[in-house]
Amino acid sequence: MTGLTFELLCMQLLTGIALGSIYALLALGLCLIFGMLNVVNFAHGAFFMVGAFLGVYFLGVTGSFWFSLVLTPLITGGIGLLTERFLVRPLYGRGLDYPLLLTFGLSYVLIEVMRVTFGIEGLPSITPEGLGGTLNVGIGFFPKYRLFLIVATAIIILGVWFFIQKTRYGLIIKAGAADQEIVKVLGVDIAKVWLLVFGLGCAIAGLSGILASPTRSVNPEMGIPILAESFVVTVVGGMGSPVGAVVAGLFVGIVYSMTSLFFPDLAELSIFVLMAVVLLIRPQGLFGKAGAMG
Amino acid sequence: MKSFLQLIARHRVLASTLFLAIFPFIMPYEALAINILIFGLFAMGFNLLFGYMGLLSFGHAAFLGIGSYLTGIGIVHYGMPWGAAILVGIIGAAIGGLIMGYLAIRTRGIYFSMVTLALGQIVYYIFYKAESLTGGENGLRGVRVNEFNILGIPTDFLNPLVKYYIILFFVVIAIWLISRILSSPLGAVMEAIRENEKRAAACGFDVARTKLLVFVLSAAICGLAGSLRALHLSIVPIDSLHYLQSGQAVMMSILGGMGTFFGPFIGAAVMLYLEDVVTTFTKHWMAVVGVVFMFFVLFFPKGIWGTILSKLQINQDSK
Repeated sequence: MTGLTFELLCMQLLTGIALGSIYALLALGLCLIFGMLNVVNFAHGAFFMVGAFLGVYFLGVTGSFWFSLVLTPLITGGIGLLTERFLVRPLYGRGLDYPLLLTFGLSYVLIEVMRVTFGIEGLPSITPEGLGGTLNVGIGFFPKYRLFLIVATAIIILGVWFFIQKTRYGLIIKAGAADQEIVKVLGVDIAKVWLLVFGLGCAIAGLSGILASPTRSVNPEMGIPILAESFVVTVVGGMGSPVGAVVAGLFVGIVYSMTSLFFPDLAELSIFVLMAVVLLIRPQGLFGKAGAMG
Repeated sequence: MKSFLQLIARHRVLASTLFLAIFPFIMPYEALAINILIFGLFAMGFNLLFGYMGLLSFGHAAFLGIGSYLTGIGIVHYGMPWGAAILVGIIGAAIGGLIMGYLAIRTRGIYFSMVTLALGQIVYYIFYKAESLTGGENGLRGVRVNEFNILGIPTDFLNPLVKYYIILFFVVIAIWLISRILSSPLGAVMEAIRENEKRAAACGFDVARTKLLVFVLSAAICGLAGSLRALHLSIVPIDSLHYLQSGQAVMMSILGGMGTFFGPFIGAAVMLYLEDVVTTFTKHWMAVVGVVFMFFVLFFPKGIWGTILSKLQINQDSK
């Protein structure tokens, strides 16, 4: 390791944060849906993949990344609304396994629909205009798009945080997660809240798909490894803890990028090893409550 | 009809043996029958954990893959006789099950599913990276079993029907073992844990140890299925370790009827047959299977066999 300098380490750290932003966003979406509806969305990776495809497609057709950035989550969110209303809703009260299995089946269908629509090879990813090339960040040149990724994710996460913590709707969501009976008694249509939360979670998954698309290859299978990785993040952070999801997401991203600097062969494994270690020491995850393991 | 089914339920090992003995003649071709045999066993092994003890693992492809790869590696790289290679596959899968189970049973419910899925991914990457042994992305090629003698009679493993019956021999042993486990006190404890874990613990059963034991048994059976698959295909595709493969075990169990003895096998047969039929007119069979699966989750959560049993009001204890 002769080329190892402080600058290189910092760059790698930044790369890790960019990667971790995507993880954090995905885990946050999973966590929202789980915290409120007690449903693990096994199709979350598939929604991510659909988001990437639609994002690249709209970008190619319209030429506007910003347009695509708005439209894509609206569509994936819409699919999410339909999913909750017609597929997940009949399964409430039947335990945790059935919604999980249903969304797993849905992921099969979504993958196949994308294959039929866009072909099995996928689409070439496009870096949006104005975000290509690198920028001098003081210690070296860093890809502009990744900086954008970090900033954009931070804004989205803050937005979600603001929505949950500071708005009336957020209050209802939090109350509903704590005690749905009471919320119902107070006259809130809890079914509508669940619908919106599921849609929001899927919209966030789609949004992370389009945001991630310039940094990875867009193909129908791309949601599969990322689902496993977002589960790792969820397990490390602690089930149902939004703070845990964000912190663990960044942490996992940094671990991945640091390992790929020092031991490139072990990069993929490193985050799973991290999970195994966390499980041994703190089975409930870093920010999880002891009793909240489902 | 009812008494006939009860008769089958009472002599479940004999019934499955007889049925499987004529099975290749019902199927359109032998390779499909062999596939169903192998995946039926895989699903039955999985169902031991999921259907009977209520632990939903999404990492069972790991055991199918470990069984396949170790058997394949034994034959290709070390020139092992195939019988010994199967044994290596089973033992390897059991050890894998011990490690994965040890970590995963520390968690519950959905957490358990997520952890097993993630641990299964570890196994995927390990075998993927060990390219010199496993062939990486291309899979492990050349797992050949040619002619050998059984009791002095020369046997041709390449003849599909002969291959079917040799594989059936191992599958029947496994089915017998599963049946024995289920009707033993261990089987009763498993169902007690599924119904109410806290109460089972209060009754004095060591819940954690039972979970681990069943996890290992289930892994070993799935490892055997993997070993047999390597012999059947004569290659080990990296797909064996894929999490969608774990999902297949889940789908087959649900489709046939989780927590029933024959259910997983019926699920495997229906799903693979469906896949075979659907692929003749479209290559997008996954969508069809996905829709059928969702339909069952929504409307027939007991699966095909489970629904038949409950419609005929057959006592679930003697399934």
